[in-house]
Amino acid sequence: MSVAQESIRDAGPPKVSPIRDPKVRAIAYQALLCLIVAFLVYAAARNAIVNLERAHIASGFGFWDVTAGFDISQTLIEYSAQASTYGTAFWVGLLNTLLVSVIGIVLATILGFLVGVARLSRNLLVVRIAAGYVEVIRNLPLLLQLLFWYNAVLKALPDLRSSYDIGGSIFLNNRGLFFPSPIFHSGGKLLVGALIVALVGSIAFRIWAHKRQERTGQQAPVLWVTLALFIGLPLLVLLSGELSVAFSYPEKGRFNIRGGVEVLPEFVALLLGLVAYTAAFISEVVRAGILAVSKGQTEAANALGLRQGPTLRLVVIPQAMRVIIPPLTSQYLNLTKNSSLAVAVGYPDLVQVFTGTVLNQTGQAVEVVAITMAVYLTISLVTSFAMNVFNSRMAIVER
Amino acid sequence: MKRVITTFALAAAFGLTAAAASAQTLNTVKSRGILNCGSNAGLAGFGLPDAQGNWTGLDVDYCRAIAAAIFDDPTKVKFVPLTAKDRFTSLQSGDVDVLVRNTTWTSSRDTSLGLNFTGVNYYDGQGFMVRKSLKVNSALELNDAAVCVQQGTTTELNLADYFRANKMKLKTVTFASADETTKAYDAGRCDAFTTDASGLYSERLRLAKPDDHVVLPEIISKEPLGPSVRHGDDQWFDIVKWVHFALINAEEMGITKANVNEMLKSENPDVKRLLGTEGAYGEQLGLTKDWAVRIIKHVGNYGEIFERNVGQGSPLKIARGLNALWTKGGLQYAPPVR
Ligand SMILES: N[C@@H](CCC(=O)N[C@@H](CS)C(=O)NCC(=O)O)C(=O)O
Repeated sequence: MSVAQESIRDAGPPKVSPIRDPKVRAIAYQALLCLIVAFLVYAAARNAIVNLERAHIASGFGFWDVTAGFDISQTLIEYSAQASTYGTAFWVGLLNTLLVSVIGIVLATILGFLVGVARLSRNLLVVRIAAGYVEVIRNLPLLLQLLFWYNAVLKALPDLRSSYDIGGSIFLNNRGLFFPSPIFHSGGKLLVGALIVALVGSIAFRIWAHKRQERTGQQAPVLWVTLALFIGLPLLVLLSGELSVAFSYPEKGRFNIRGGVEVLPEFVALLLGLVAYTAAFISEVVRAGILAVSKGQTEAANALGLRQGPTLRLVVIPQAMRVIIPPLTSQYLNLTKNSSLAVAVGYPDLVQVFTGTVLNQTGQAVEVVAITMAVYLTISLVTSFAMNVFNSRMAIVER
Repeated sequence: MKRVITTFALAAAFGLTAAAASAQTLNTVKSRGILNCGSNAGLAGFGLPDAQGNWTGLDVDYCRAIAAAIFDDPTKVKFVPLTAKDRFTSLQSGDVDVLVRNTTWTSSRDTSLGLNFTGVNYYDGQGFMVRKSLKVNSALELNDAAVCVQQGTTTELNLADYFRANKMKLKTVTFASADETTKAYDAGRCDAFTTDASGLYSERLRLAKPDDHVVLPEIISKEPLGPSVRHGDDQWFDIVKWVHFALINAEEMGITKANVNEMLKSENPDVKRLLGTEGAYGEQLGLTKDWAVRIIKHVGNYGEIFERNVGQGSPLKIARGLNALWTKGGLQYAPPVR
């Protein structure tokens, strides 16, 4: 036995011909695969171009600067059918997608955490309600839910003539929610400045308070200071008399309400649908995360005299977060991608505007679809990246 | 959903290979044994499947007429329901051989979208429908109104133009399918609903209380609706075009489903050329001598198709108007067979 081993060691690394060397082979196979893939992509692209030319179908990106000609119901940037281009329509659609996704992610996270914690409550009724919600929502197709919400929103709200009306300046009806929007004549910049100072100040105070607590164990009133900054500074601006604001009030016309800020029922329906749906999944992620923290941690915290709230906030959730964040990321990505179902409820997101009307009018499927895919890919990658950064900050810091 | 759409569209675009490379649509259809026809998903009078999956409509009968000319069998059609916004991609990619889906003939569709329109099987124009209770009598009173419209249509563009030309403000709400559009209008989301006038009458039938709605008198656009094919196959283009002309010529010569066999004995040279008892006009198209007989025998002439689907024989009861023969004060006119 030992003799045999000895002789192998003496022989050194076995000399094999490169053809049989697994390392060389692996590289060769991979190179071959890359070549094949590259060729397929090239052939497909070439093919598409040749055929598009043969069929005299327009190609290229010249359409970007062509006048769009169609209206969009919700535009966060300046847009008009006759003066804007397909390119602008693309940005309008993209911003609408981002708007509903960002607000959706924030609300779904809050609701998801609440439901997830509720399912672990000691109160049986709360547990049952939360479980029922999760089961119903998770097992119905999202498209169906969106149609439900849209109909529910439209049906539940009165028409223009019998709008709910708060003080003659806020209206709610089946055309949407309307409220006054501020118009700053002067001092607008000052106000924004004050808010920025408040933001920076509160973050700085938080960091300082944290450090001090680590050093001395003394707690600082972070919440109160933050509130004081955010309310006090703008108030100072207001009192200085520099600020002159007018409000654009919504006004009832013969058919519709004009002026002020307008929240469309399509937006609300899509948002409700996405939030309710994604929150159900997030709640499961949260529940799993909390259950993954061993019971001993809670018991230890209780033994130290921490009440239930602080135990959850300071001991359980921070540890659970490590389990929660990766699957939470995919829920965020799902929500963003699912927002493309907007088309079903008439919300003008990227897919509705760009791969809908713009594709139809230009006929340029390849270009439009390629751009859309690139956009969703970018949004997904950026979200993942941000969540990965967050995750590494939450990971156990080995000391 | 998004992924399905995008993969579909991209695959469709790449799939152009199969479609365009073999410009031989007629042979493809023959060897497949069935015609793939892009149709409306549900527009009474034009293209509508019933509960048993039987399709009816003016456009549907055009698909049947093409199948009859090729196979002597009007049932050899697969109807592919398409929304307004997806229809052109389907035709471009070769999913369907012909698109007969109340589609307006416009210059950009005829050129850069890669389609060829073969004729006009229904002269239409865009109109508005509103609730009677609004007491609106003219489209010009719609300043500031919310209007529901289907996306991917000429309607969407005309609407924006019309309001601007008349210095009126507009709130557009756009939906992908007719179903969603009418539902939203019915639920009170919009003050008005706009589409082709023919479509207004058939969509009105789907509302909860059709009698509470009224169609306004203004017609704001020209909507010549017709079948279209892909660029690059002249023979197929000719066939679809001449099926339409055969239907018109048949009406003009008084040849009907009922009397077509009788007419085979006619001594009228025009009739003889159309029905193939003289000359080789069908063969020139790549079809058989009796191509027109097959069409008329199975689906009737243009007038019969019209009355049965949208005219007096249908719930829509639309008058011939512009769609009457040129000899009766309308616009329907076909070149001669000779
Ligand atoms: N003729 C116009 C409009 C055609 C169109 O799509 N009309 C609608 C409204 S009548 C329709 O047929 N919808 C039926 C559906 O999508 O199910 C065009 O070609 O753009």
